[in-house]
Amino acid sequence: MKVNIKSENGTAIAVLSGEIDHHTAKMLRAELDKFVITMQPDILAIDLSGITFMDSSGIGLIIGRYKLIKECGGRLEIRSPQPYIRRMLKISGIERIVKII
Amino acid sequence: MQILNEIRFTVPSLSVNESTARAVVSSFIVQADPTVEELSDIRTAVSEAVTNCIVHGYRNTSGVIDITVRLLPEREIYIRIKDNGCGIADIQQAMQPLFTTAPEEERSGLGFSVMESFMDKLTVKSKVGKGTTVTMRKKLSTHGY
Repeated sequence: MKVNIKSENGTAIAVLSGEIDHHTAKMLRAELDKFVITMQPDILAIDLSGITFMDSSGIGLIIGRYKLIKECGGRLEIRSPQPYIRRMLKISGIERIVKII
Repeated sequence: MQILNEIRFTVPSLSVNESTARAVVSSFIVQADPTVEELSDIRTAVSEAVTNCIVHGYRNTSGVIDITVRLLPEREIYIRIKDNGCGIADIQQAMQPLFTTAPEEERSGLGFSVMESFMDKLTVKSKVGKGTTVTMRKKLSTHGY
């Protein structure tokens, strides 16, 4: 599991790669929260193009980051999920509160 | 039940074994030549069930998770995942979408909903103080057969 965060003009893009489950979500949560709290970006974009597996732990991770960035006055975007991941996002109904590009 | 092939294994309730369980089940299922989507569905359902054992069944304790996978006639996959943890007092409530008893772990409460969506049949049996057994079945498509 890897996370690479780059920031430009108030937009932070977190590119995730590997598998998201309950085990790896803990590490991702810590990395993303540390960045959001320190840098306070206007937009946090989570790029899922490199994610090869995600169960509902990924949904919990996204909802948690949505709440955090909202508290910090910013907003969350999800970018480039693969079709299988998009299906999981649809089941959760998360697309009603988070923009998926 | 006529069983064409079967694998049984046990893992300790460590979160790192969520991926171990997925990998073992996937490599067993591959002999039935599932589609990529079917394999993803089964991996996800297994991951949800094993995570439930760790997060809910053995919360703040540890134990073992028993996993049985069977290949049945007519390309049907049978999976049983069992813990000896705390059990579920109200299964109906636990199976409601978004219900969770572990919000501090950012659990979305979608585990059973995902298992139901990605598999054909889901059965949950539980006894408080004894543990929980989840049984899932999925018929693979007959592409090329």
